Amino acid sequence: MIMDYTIFILILPLLSFLAIGLSGTALKPRNAGAGGTVVAGLVTLLSYYTAFDYFTTQNVNGVWQSVTPCNFTWLNVGEKLHIDLGIMLDQVSVMMLVVISTVSLMVHIYSLGYMKGERGFGRYYAFLSLFTFSMIGLVVATNIFQMYIFWELVGVSSYLLIGFYYSKPSAVAAAKKAFIVTRFADMFFLIGILVLSYYTQTFDFGVLIPGDASLFGPALGTTFMGVSAMSWAMALIFIGGAGKSAMFPLHIWLPDAMEGPTPVSALIHAATMVVAGVYLVARLFPVYVGFTPEVLHGIAYVGAFTAMFAAVIAIAQTDIKRVLAFSTISQIGFMMVALGVSTGMGLSEHEHGGLGYMASMFHLFTHAMFKALLFLGAGSVIHAVHSNEMKDMGGLRRYMPVTHITFLIACLSIAGIPPFSGFMSKDEVITAAYGFSTGMGVWMTVIAGLTAFYMFRLYYSIFWRKEYKVRDGRRPHESPRSMTIPLLFLALLTVAGGFIPFGKFVTADGTQYIIRLNVTVAAISVSVALTGIGVAAYLYRRDNAYPAHLAKGFGKLYRAASNRFYIDELYLFITKKIIFNGISRSFAWFDRHVIDGAVNGLGRATLRTSQAIRGLQSGSVQWYAWVFLLATLLITLLAIW
Amino acid sequence: MNTSLEAVPLQAFLIVSLIMFFAGIYGFFTRKNMIMMLISIELILNSVDMNFAVFNRYLYPGEMEGLFFALFAIAVSACETAVAIAIVINVYRRFGNAEVNNIEQMKE
Repeated sequence: MIMDYTIFILILPLLSFLAIGLSGTALKPRNAGAGGTVVAGLVTLLSYYTAFDYFTTQNVNGVWQSVTPCNFTWLNVGEKLHIDLGIMLDQVSVMMLVVISTVSLMVHIYSLGYMKGERGFGRYYAFLSLFTFSMIGLVVATNIFQMYIFWELVGVSSYLLIGFYYSKPSAVAAAKKAFIVTRFADMFFLIGILVLSYYTQTFDFGVLIPGDASLFGPALGTTFMGVSAMSWAMALIFIGGAGKSAMFPLHIWLPDAMEGPTPVSALIHAATMVVAGVYLVARLFPVYVGFTPEVLHGIAYVGAFTAMFAAVIAIAQTDIKRVLAFSTISQIGFMMVALGVSTGMGLSEHEHGGLGYMASMFHLFTHAMFKALLFLGAGSVIHAVHSNEMKDMGGLRRYMPVTHITFLIACLSIAGIPPFSGFMSKDEVITAAYGFSTGMGVWMTVIAGLTAFYMFRLYYSIFWRKEYKVRDGRRPHESPRSMTIPLLFLALLTVAGGFIPFGKFVTADGTQYIIRLNVTVAAISVSVALTGIGVAAYLYRRDNAYPAHLAKGFGKLYRAASNRFYIDELYLFITKKIIFNGISRSFAWFDRHVIDGAVNGLGRATLRTSQAIRGLQSGSVQWYAWVFLLATLLITLLAIW
Repeated sequence: MNTSLEAVPLQAFLIVSLIMFFAGIYGFFTRKNMIMMLISIELILNSVDMNFAVFNRYLYPGEMEGLFFALFAIAVSACETAVAIAIVINVYRRFGNAEVNNIEQMKE
């Protein structure tokens, strides 16, 4: 079978997880770290080779073919439905393999330095391997149910890693919140899968993606509350994706997930897991764009709102990891918008319907690189100053040159300054948005400006603003090589990534497309970005009173943004007051008094009956004889009658 | 001799034996003294013997099985009474009186 070495990309991290996880304390931390990193390195090499192999051999008539190295039936459900497990390689999944394995390897190497000396070092690397396995299984899934299985596995890995510092109550609470919110969204995902597979009688992507009107006819025909069953299914599936990708209002778990170690935030909550929702929509894109375009438009609106919402909150945050978390939510909003504004599959000189798809995948690729770089850089800073808050930083450019330069490169990239990769991909997204409607294009450009502003607010607050106050002789120092090498590698990718001719590799229908720069859009977005940077520099480069004045000027809006628009409080109110107090309390009363009461009552009745008939065993011979006589009389009477 | 007895209907004898039987049963249930219980048992057995004799005389005048069985029953009753007296003596030696509520160990 072609390319069946790819099975090792899946198996190696799983074996690594089992080996490191089961050896426990028998394995020295250094060896656990080394083993995990070596496996990550092997997986990366295999992924690169797979990409090389795929993109040089699988081109037929200018269209990228999808290859299925292995696919075996795991469970038969009903006569025609069956759940398979297998590997499917096409342009998007190969691209994702490259992204996941690269970022995973960087995080493995980085954690050798960052997590040095921590308790549970081996456990950490075991969980990293589990995550890598789950995420790879998700992206190479051949059918939607396999994707769901690995989706849940990824959620479990995220829970384990967020709650890594299990003795910290806030970390435990954050892990619980992440898992419950995503699990809640996954309920809708499952319902969507079941509805869709009920009508199409298949889970397989190979059947669903080239599906036509005959396959989806029954689903499109049946309506429920005025909307076709197909739209319901695709919308529900998107809700599952929205939970994992932290779209409003299911975004609440991601800022809290920053309680986990920073490399974990880089791997899971910036580069890979949170894009699972985007990947899901991209995977089912032909179905969305061909049969339920209204759901796709809904996705665009949700993404656009989330992007603006998160950007406004990010402006008012003081914890650097929270700023990056909201930035991630905002950028994923960009990716969702890009997918949502697509009107077709084709992408060529004449047809631009599929531009959004290509732009979204390109932005996913570049975002993974520079966001991971941002998080790892933030980790480097946190490692040096032992604090997450901006007020404890400032002037760090003197002490941490490598971190400073790489962080600056990443900030320039996310702000959309040429020639960095972020500019290239964001430009395509905004062009696609303009193609949908001018309003959407303007909205996204404004958000891009806000992005530039808050990212450079972050940059200046950490590395400029004021001189660092050296406390009791502890000067911050540059991070060890194990931490700076990944930073440098990711910076290299951030710089060079923009020049990859992405359209030649990843498009919706597999044809090649050469990315052309739309000069108007580029000029507008660059000038907006430069304006954002300029304002941030004016306010934050040197310590002054303007930011405080502005904050007071905005008053309520600033306070609301700083408190994340009170969405968490709203959720707490709903769960505590309405669900716990109202519904659960009555159920608990019912359980305690009616059900337990019945069982206890049964016991009490038995006891009382036994007390009553105790007298029958009196021990007195005369009593026994009396009963004997009565019985005899009874039998005689019965015999007569 | 035969004529005087034939003038009495069969049912009369049966009613007497019935009364004796239930009197014996009542005495067995309600007496505290074990000797009184034994007397009641004798009453029951005697009523049964009377039944046998009466049926033999009225229904099967030429045969003698009824009489023989009645003799047999009297003999057995005598043996059983001997055994019962032995038990009563043992109870008396143990408890100082022959009351039946001393020996209720089989309860519960």
